[in-house]
Amino acid sequence: MLKTFKIGGVHPAENKITATKAVVKLPIPKTVTIPVTQHIGAPSKVIVKRGDVVKTGQIIAQSSGFVSTNIHSSVSGKVLKIDTVYDSSGYKKESVVINTEQDEWDEGVDTSPDLIKHTDLDAKTITNKILDAGIVGLGGATFPTHVKLSPPPGMKAEVLLINGVECEPYLTADHRLMLERGDELMVGIMLLMKALGVNRAVIGIERNKPDAIEHLTTLTKNYEGIEICPLKVKYPQGGEKQLIKAITGREVPSGALPIAVGAVVNNVGTALAVYEAVMKNKPLIERIVTVTGKSLSKPSNFLVRIGTPVKDLIEAAGGLPDDTAKVISGGPMMGKAVATIDIPVTKGTSGILILNENEGHRKPVLNCIRCGRCVEVCPMGLEPYFLMTLSEKKVWDKAEKEQIMDCIECGSCSFTCPANRPLLDYIRYGKLTVGGIIRSRK
Amino acid sequence: MSASLIYTIITISSLGVAAAIILYFTARKFYVYEDPRIDEVEEALPAANCGGCGYAGCRAFAEAIVKDNSLDDKFCPVGGNDVMKTVAEIMGLEAGDQKARIAVLRCNGTCEFRPKTNHYEGATTCAIAAMNYGGETGCQYGCLGFGDCVDACDFDALHMDPETGLPVVTDENCVGCGACVEACPKDLFELRKKMPKYRRVYVACRNEDKGGVAKKSCEVACIGCGKCEQECKYDAITITNNLAFIDSDKCVLCRKCVSVCPTNAIIEENFPPRKIKVEKEAQPAES
Repeated sequence: MLKTFKIGGVHPAENKITATKAVVKLPIPKTVTIPVTQHIGAPSKVIVKRGDVVKTGQIIAQSSGFVSTNIHSSVSGKVLKIDTVYDSSGYKKESVVINTEQDEWDEGVDTSPDLIKHTDLDAKTITNKILDAGIVGLGGATFPTHVKLSPPPGMKAEVLLINGVECEPYLTADHRLMLERGDELMVGIMLLMKALGVNRAVIGIERNKPDAIEHLTTLTKNYEGIEICPLKVKYPQGGEKQLIKAITGREVPSGALPIAVGAVVNNVGTALAVYEAVMKNKPLIERIVTVTGKSLSKPSNFLVRIGTPVKDLIEAAGGLPDDTAKVISGGPMMGKAVATIDIPVTKGTSGILILNENEGHRKPVLNCIRCGRCVEVCPMGLEPYFLMTLSEKKVWDKAEKEQIMDCIECGSCSFTCPANRPLLDYIRYGKLTVGGIIRSRK
Repeated sequence: MSASLIYTIITISSLGVAAAIILYFTARKFYVYEDPRIDEVEEALPAANCGGCGYAGCRAFAEAIVKDNSLDDKFCPVGGNDVMKTVAEIMGLEAGDQKARIAVLRCNGTCEFRPKTNHYEGATTCAIAAMNYGGETGCQYGCLGFGDCVDACDFDALHMDPETGLPVVTDENCVGCGACVEACPKDLFELRKKMPKYRRVYVACRNEDKGGVAKKSCEVACIGCGKCEQECKYDAITITNNLAFIDSDKCVLCRKCVSVCPTNAIIEENFPPRKIKVEKEAQPAES
């Protein structure tokens, strides 16, 4: 019997079209647009100005607090302007636009493909290197990784969980990464274990990726303390709290962080970025992005520089099909439709999904028929229909009591609703408002 | 037969007397003094319970007035100065003379001026659309058109114009309670001083982008050129973040700024038509 989380969950069609497509390195674009807000937390502070010459990997925006991170230039060239540009949030954000000249790397970066396995660095130095390299959670939530590696006083991590679940339909970036960069990933995990001071790490992978499970299981023989845990296919298996529940059997209390049950969760992409940052001195300037969709002529997995326009990615995947209804940044469950394809790829862009007219539209909203399916599928044990009503009627105190802040925004409720009600839209709005109220109270 | 009747009467009466005595002492014991002026003030208020004063309703407002025993920063926008005068008489205080205010929509981005660049499919409220992105047009500051303000208005003073996609304020009904100001996630409503015959001159734009960018997304966007600021003799116009703002407390409705605005972002309303000015404006348009 495979492990999984206990309550709720849905089974959307997997549609992993690009699972067999090897990662292709995209050519460096002519201009890159690098927003200074690519992570959860305070926006970074720009330290370059117009006309400055920057090298690949050079810091262009500095961390402005504990929960914040550095941002590096992903190309070498001249800063064209510092302007506000639309990003995937749908609003204009401060960004650094750089004209590419050639690909000249910052000093000290090791760009050779050789695998380095051993290091004498201590935990503190590893964490500092991760902070310097601007690494954030690459699963999509973009939470700064160095914060996760610095547990609050009195708390101690016992186990490191590596998230290779990739439960979002369509996306295959993590799957390809596990297959193609296995050794680097393993070293990255060893580094994370060292930084946390734990001697056990578990990689959770859903059973629909048997090749990745097999490949990594062979590799674990060479690395002490790393185990593979095959998991049942169920969305949202890759949710942080669901993964902890599935692998360790522990439940993260409401409002607490995973460290409260002794677990730290990091994505496989993050582990690879940690390897590159610590062993190769290479900051986070590129990531793997799945560009996919049923109508797309060449769906692929690309390795792209941060700041590349999404338009270029779609072009490389065969161009925008005529029957495009929506372009989504992220996966179909948690991703967000974008208003324009001129937005840049950021640290959190795990995929670009192009939905066609058949599947891309919302159906007309009907009245709630009290079937209770949303309650059944909610992996957090909430009552989505009720939270939606509370948000709609703006009953914030009651919404807070009903634990609206525990919602992980997985979208299972909206996915399953037979009346097509926009449950998650309202719950997100409720979370935003209630979160504001809670912060103002402090 | 008659004896049981008498016993019944005696029992019931003595029970009644005992209850009366208990009730009398309980009422004395738990008596709460309430200033009778609270009731009087509440009586004087319009009972709209709109929250425009900043309190939870008319009763809460009355309680606050009596408790603080002052009328500073307290104003009922629905009742206006007349009601505040009555309240002041009850309280034996001096009522400040506040100018009546009226809500004005600071966006003129109709479908004609501000073309749509994408289509929104989510939940049809402005609050949720604004949480998701900048809106269906190139202007991230403008009206989203889902009518959260209309839902918020208790006085039937707002409705959506299906042609323009923008809300319209019915001047006669607007009491200036500010519910729409609260409801609009884009902060497009402003309470301006109510002028005779509802006349007003204002910048119908909130776009803070640089001129070229703003103009590209909306034909009637304020480009922050500063012509109006130079033209105004009364220091009523200020430009911050590429956006002009006319202070309604300083504006004397001379309308000079309206003529100089190159993008027609400044709007004059409820004025009689200008004969000479219209000709003058037509000339540069021809050349």
